[in-house]
Amino acid sequence: MLSRRIIPCLDVREGRVVKGVRFRDHVDMGGIAELALRYRDEGADELVFYDIGASPQARSVDYRWLQQVSALLDIPFCVAGGIRDVATARAVLHAGADKISINTPALERPALVTELADAFGVQCVVVGIDSIREADGQWRVRSHTGDPDSTRALPLRTLDWVAQTQRLGAGEIVLNCMDSDGVRRGYDIEQLAAVRAICEVPLIASGGAGAVEHFVDAFERADVDGALAASVFHSGALAIGGLKASLRARGIEVRDA
Amino acid sequence: MRVALVDAGGANLGSVRQALHRLGVEPQLANDADSIRAADRVILPGVSTAAEVMRRLRELDLVNTLRSLQAPLLGICVGMQLLFEHSEEADTPCLGLLPGRVQRLSPAPGVRVPHMGWNRLRPLRGSALTRGIDDGDFAYFVHSYAAPAGEHCVLACDHGSRFSAVVERGNVAGAQFHPERSARVGARLLRNFIEATP
Repeated sequence: MLSRRIIPCLDVREGRVVKGVRFRDHVDMGGIAELALRYRDEGADELVFYDIGASPQARSVDYRWLQQVSALLDIPFCVAGGIRDVATARAVLHAGADKISINTPALERPALVTELADAFGVQCVVVGIDSIREADGQWRVRSHTGDPDSTRALPLRTLDWVAQTQRLGAGEIVLNCMDSDGVRRGYDIEQLAAVRAICEVPLIASGGAGAVEHFVDAFERADVDGALAASVFHSGALAIGGLKASLRARGIEVRDA
Repeated sequence: MRVALVDAGGANLGSVRQALHRLGVEPQLANDADSIRAADRVILPGVSTAAEVMRRLRELDLVNTLRSLQAPLLGICVGMQLLFEHSEEADTPCLGLLPGRVQRLSPAPGVRVPHMGWNRLRPLRGSALTRGIDDGDFAYFVHSYAAPAGEHCVLACDHGSRFSAVVERGNVAGAQFHPERSARVGARLLRNFIEATP
């Protein structure tokens, strides 16, 4: 049986891992390779590196740290940030990334999803979605979220975008619920479940993890394939080994590291 | 020991190379018949589509080289799928080193395609290639197509239905999962492949 994945997310800026609350006020969390190996040793199933400065500044990721991380890691990792064409995606994959995740560039030019899927297969193509509940009760997407001053509200409904990206060739969707991001009060189960209902590819929950129970809820109530978290792991509030032992005790299939 | 890593445009070329480095092996990137024939071990990695890698192998004129190879050959992911006769992915004729056809995984409630993540391995028979890998060990998979668990299946995996995770016949072997990203289990498979006596 396929296990549920625990995925620490490392927001990368200028060669360091950083973390902010509600996407603001970034604090230095440590070196990239050092944190990547720590999580590997603790039993992380996969890592995601978000180059959070890339999209707002219209530049792409720096491949040197990527090659270093790839040489050290024997678990899969995904890279997001500033990938806006097939050539850049190829360079990132050749530097050792197993998957590429696109967010703002896919919103700007949806055909990019198809181009990437055709070039590398859908299994390499992750679409990240930043979503927020608006005053009228609808979830809608945000772009350029790496920098709060550049963030744009789009008229596109999150559920419509989820449906569209799957048709275009997304092999996995990471749904980041911005209302709950960084505040550790739990994943947005209602929104995740609504997306799950129309999402046939793997779905990863993001935003809000603060305790074991939050992971249990995401897997049991929203049936997500993986759960991504950052600050709860960076701060040491939750250790991955202990989290997995608790999930296993609840009958949730997770990998023994 | 000369290990050739076939450069057919597979995007995991770099990570397979680094996994071999971690085992103390320095592979040679190869895209010509002579260096592939001169190697003691040949690895065909692949993150791409079956059609894309086959097109590249034809362009490089490597199809017959791989078909007539004497040294142990290991296909990884799409590289394993190409060992079979045919892939349903874009209706692609493959190398035909193993009997059978690669088919798309069928989605079902709770069974998502692509099959992405860590799943348990089920040994069907013993092999030097899978020594040290136990029933229920996890490996990392990322794929939408797979070969049925036929007569040459050594390790099977279940996702909706049963498929081949590792196949082997004579000098030809393949892993559907990614040994370069499957932690201890993956390193063990690569080490076994390098060290096994042909």
